[in-house]
Formats: sequence, structure tokens, C-alpha cells
Amino acid sequence: MTATIAPQRQSIRPAANQRNRRRRGRYFPAYLVLTVLALFAIGPAILMLFNAFKSNAQIGANPLTPPTSFSLHNFATAWNNGDFGTTMRNSAILVAGSVLGTCTVAGLAAYALSHLKVPGGNGVIAYLFLGSAMPVQLFVVPLFSLWTSLRLTDSLFGLMVIYWATDAPFATLLLRSFLMKVPKDFVEAARLEGASELQIAWRVIIPLAWPGFMTVALVVGLWAWNEFFWAITFIHDPAKMPISTSFLAFQDQNSTDWGLTSAAALFMLVPVVLLFLSLQRRFVAGLTSGGLK
Amino acid sequence: MTAASVPAPTRAGTASGRARPRLRRGLIAWAFLAPLLILNVLVVLGPSLATLYYSFTDWSGIGPAKFIGIDNYTRAFRDPAVHQALLHNAIWFVLFLSVPMALGLLGAHLINQVRRFQMLYRTLFFIPYVSASVINAAIWKMLLSPDSGIGHLLGINQAWLGDPNTSLYAVNFVVDWHWWGFLAVIFFAAMQGVDPQLYEAAKLDGANRWHQFKSVTLPGIRPTMIFIVLMTVIWSLKAFDYIYIMTHGGPANSSDVVSTLMYDQAFNQYSAGYAAALGLSMTVVTGLVLVVYQVVRRKGWEE
Repeated sequence: MTATIAPQRQSIRPAANQRNRRRRGRYFPAYLVLTVLALFAIGPAILMLFNAFKSNAQIGANPLTPPTSFSLHNFATAWNNGDFGTTMRNSAILVAGSVLGTCTVAGLAAYALSHLKVPGGNGVIAYLFLGSAMPVQLFVVPLFSLWTSLRLTDSLFGLMVIYWATDAPFATLLLRSFLMKVPKDFVEAARLEGASELQIAWRVIIPLAWPGFMTVALVVGLWAWNEFFWAITFIHDPAKMPISTSFLAFQDQNSTDWGLTSAAALFMLVPVVLLFLSLQRRFVAGLTSGGLK
Repeated sequence: MTAASVPAPTRAGTASGRARPRLRRGLIAWAFLAPLLILNVLVVLGPSLATLYYSFTDWSGIGPAKFIGIDNYTRAFRDPAVHQALLHNAIWFVLFLSVPMALGLLGAHLINQVRRFQMLYRTLFFIPYVSASVINAAIWKMLLSPDSGIGHLLGINQAWLGDPNTSLYAVNFVVDWHWWGFLAVIFFAAMQGVDPQLYEAAKLDGANRWHQFKSVTLPGIRPTMIFIVLMTVIWSLKAFDYIYIMTHGGPANSSDVVSTLMYDQAFNQYSAGYAAALGLSMTVVTGLVLVVYQVVRRKGWEE
């Protein structure tokens, strides 16, 4: 095929070139607007990156220009004064715990809703859809009182349990759509060989549906890292704070030192952006299905 | 081998003998759902029902609660702070619907038009959405500040977040900024599902690009549009994080919405019963929107 097309292409090249040039010209306004929009989206974060390397006096004089020298002074001060070693560890624990817990709880439920006959299963699915659209204001106050009496406030585990419960409906529905693609024959075959349902879930389903679990893990992990509302409500002890609320406290204390707070913000932002850029397809797929809740 | 031996006893068994494996299977299935349901009852459903009860009491958030009928609801109807917050929610809804939607449609349409760098633009548009609310708020507090921000550079001495006349709009702008790229990605995905032949047909009819957009693209993504419009009502009602982080509803309640008002009542004013009534009212509105969505979907997307 290539052999027959090649000479033809040779002969029409001048015309095609011209057409290409015209097409590029036609698209120029579109690219221009797209680039302006892209700068609008990421420009502010770039300015923050610039300011993280500048002293406050430099920012006051030139707030929007690149730094002239690369001083790491702001980063060192922010890391020590904001206790980011502790709060990043807290957030890492929250992320790991939320991902493992949500994947387990939602994985089990999604297996039942896709491969087992659940009497009343459709009701459960409708409930999950409805439940995840409800505002948190519906249950936050009694939950706080319950968590206080169970001594689960000011506890990473207590916060994690809330994340399990609030993320599991989305995770279940997403995993269910992945598990439905696992052929029933595989499950039946394992069942006939005498495998228990748990063994089937572990040995057959997870290896076949791991892209689904990866997607859920990324989304739930990102939410746990960024989460603000539950963290500010349920954790007041500075030693237990995740990075989001401790960053806000740090920013309130240093509200006029933009260089320092910019450096602190990068501790929280850079890991997310790097992970997002390396796995962006999976992130986008997961977040566009989960962000609509 | 096992397969062959199984049917014999069941067929010979009594009705109850036949029902037992089915019952057992049902129980196993529910056992798989149990962790999810127990968690949900503990964290969401149980406390939600408690909210329903507490909304009819004078509960302070701790200790016993006294039943006071519908007093909390009549108080909410008369409370000028609630009226003001609802007005802010309405302004928020109009802006949050129009600005990100316009930018998102523009971005998606342009990505859909060009041939190269589609994924690059999509990725860049999406970054503010994956960045945490506290970070985005910090960036814009810096850029909107009168002494070191963009305004300072242009010689405009305006404290956008500190002035009661502009605080609500300034916070809304930041939320729109972090949100429109997400909508662009959703709309772009929907636009890729539109049949390219429709564009060819429109071109043959002599439609220019604006007409193509109006009469092919927009009708093609109508289900997504309707969904986003209705969800925007719910999202506008839920608006909390950025307002709480950037202004705390201030200055002088100028950026308070129902959710920040409710939070303040619950955790600072110790009027948990009143807060419960506000939270439940928000839920009722959310429920109504979902009902409208179902009706629209059942009736079909066409007019």
C-alpha cells in the first residue's frame, strides 16, 4: 500500500504544502486563543513559583517577574517554621489509608453489584447515586458530635473513616463499571473449581480490573491530599493536621510574607502536579467521572 | 466433576432445600456490601437522620436537646442573614454558571478545531482543578492583594477581597478560574462524540463556523449541557471551601452564603438545631434539582 501511495504523494507535494500552510494560517487564531487560555490557567501558579525564590522586598518591587537569583532561603524557613515534615507525613498516612480502605470497601461492594445476584441491588446503586449528590451540611453536625463521643476527632484514623464513607460511593460505581467488563465465564470457572467468593475477588477480579483500582486510587489519593472541609472541622491539634489545613494556618500567620507562603505552597502543589503530568490520562478519566458528584 | 454431581441433590430436594442455596448466595452478596453499608450508616445516613430530628430542637451541639417544633424553620424564613446569604447564592449561581461555561465551551470548541497539541492544552487547562483549594486561594490572595498583586503593578489600589462591595465577586472569580478547565475537558469529550458528517453537511449548506457551533455542536452536546446546568445549581448551593478560606464570609457578611452561615451557626454560635434546619433545607433544594433532572431525562433530551 505504501508503495503505491508514495509516488502519488511525491507528485502532489507542492499543492499539499500550500494547503498545509493555508490550514496553519486558518488555525492561527484558534492557537492564539488557546495559548492565552492556557496561560490564564497556569500563569498564576508560575508566578507563585517565581515568588518562592524571591525575598519580600523583591516581590514588593517586581511582583510578576522571574527571580534574578535562586535563593532557597524561603524553602528552608517555610519547611522548619511550618513543620511540614510532620504534616506531610500525616497527609501521606491519610492518602495511603484512604486509598487502601476505599479500594477494599468499594472493591467488595462493586464485586457484589457486578458478579453476584444481590436481591435489591438496584436499590443500593440508586442510593449510592443519590447519596453522593447530597450536601455534607446534611450530616456534618451530628457526625461531629458522634465522633467526639467516640474520641475520633483529632485523629487521623477518625478522618480516614470519613473519607472511606464519603469516597466509597463514587469508587463503587466506578469500579462496578470496570468489573462488569470481566467476563462472567472466568468467575464461573473459578467457582466451579471450588474457589470461595473472596478468593475469586482476590485472584480473578483484581488482576483483571487493576486499571479500575488504579484510577480509584489516584482520585481518592488526590482528594485525601487536597481535602479541606473535613480536615478543618475534625482536626484542631497542630501535630495531627494534614498539609492542607496546616498550610492555611501557616499562611494566616505569615499573611504578608508572599515569598515564604509561596515556597510552602509548592511543598503541597509540586507532588500533585508531577503525578498528574505523568499519569494525566488516568487522572482525567477518573476525575471527570468522580468530579461530577 | 463437581459440576456434574451438584444438580442431582437439588433436583431431588424439597422446596426449602432448593431455596437454601439461593438464600445463602444472597447472604454472601450482602456480606460483600456490608462494609460499605455499615460505613454509610455510621457516617452519612445515621447523622442525616439525626439532623432531621435536631432541626426541630434547640440543640446546642452538645448535651440534651429540647423539641421546639418548626421554630428553626420559621426563624430561617425571617432571618435577614439567611435572605442575604440566599441572594449571594443566587449571584454565585449566575456567575458560576455563565463564566466557567463560556470559557469551558470556548476552550473545548477550539481544542476540537485544531489538529495538534490537543492533549497539551487539555492538560494545562486541567491543572488548576487538581490543585488544592488552599493553594489556589493562596495564589490568588497574593495576586489580588493591593500591595503586591496585579492591581499594585497597574496602580489600582483595590483590596478586592477586603472590600465588602467586591469580596463575593473576587472569591467567585477564583472559583470560576479553577473550574472552567474541568468543564472544558468534559465538553471536549462530549464534542468528540458529535458525528463529523453533521459538520460536513452544515458546511455544504454554507454554514460558517459560528453557525456550525450553534446548530451542530451545541445540540450535539445537549445532554451534557443540561446535566452541567442542573448540577451547577447544586454546586452553587454547596459553595463553601474557597469562601471559608479566603474571606470567612466577610468582611461584614458580604460574602456569606448559606453553607458558611450554617457552619458558623453550628460551630461558633452553638445553634446546632438551627444549623440542622439550614442544612436540611439545602438538602431539600438539592433533592428537588435531582427530581427535575430525572424528569428531564425521562422526557428525553429533545424539546
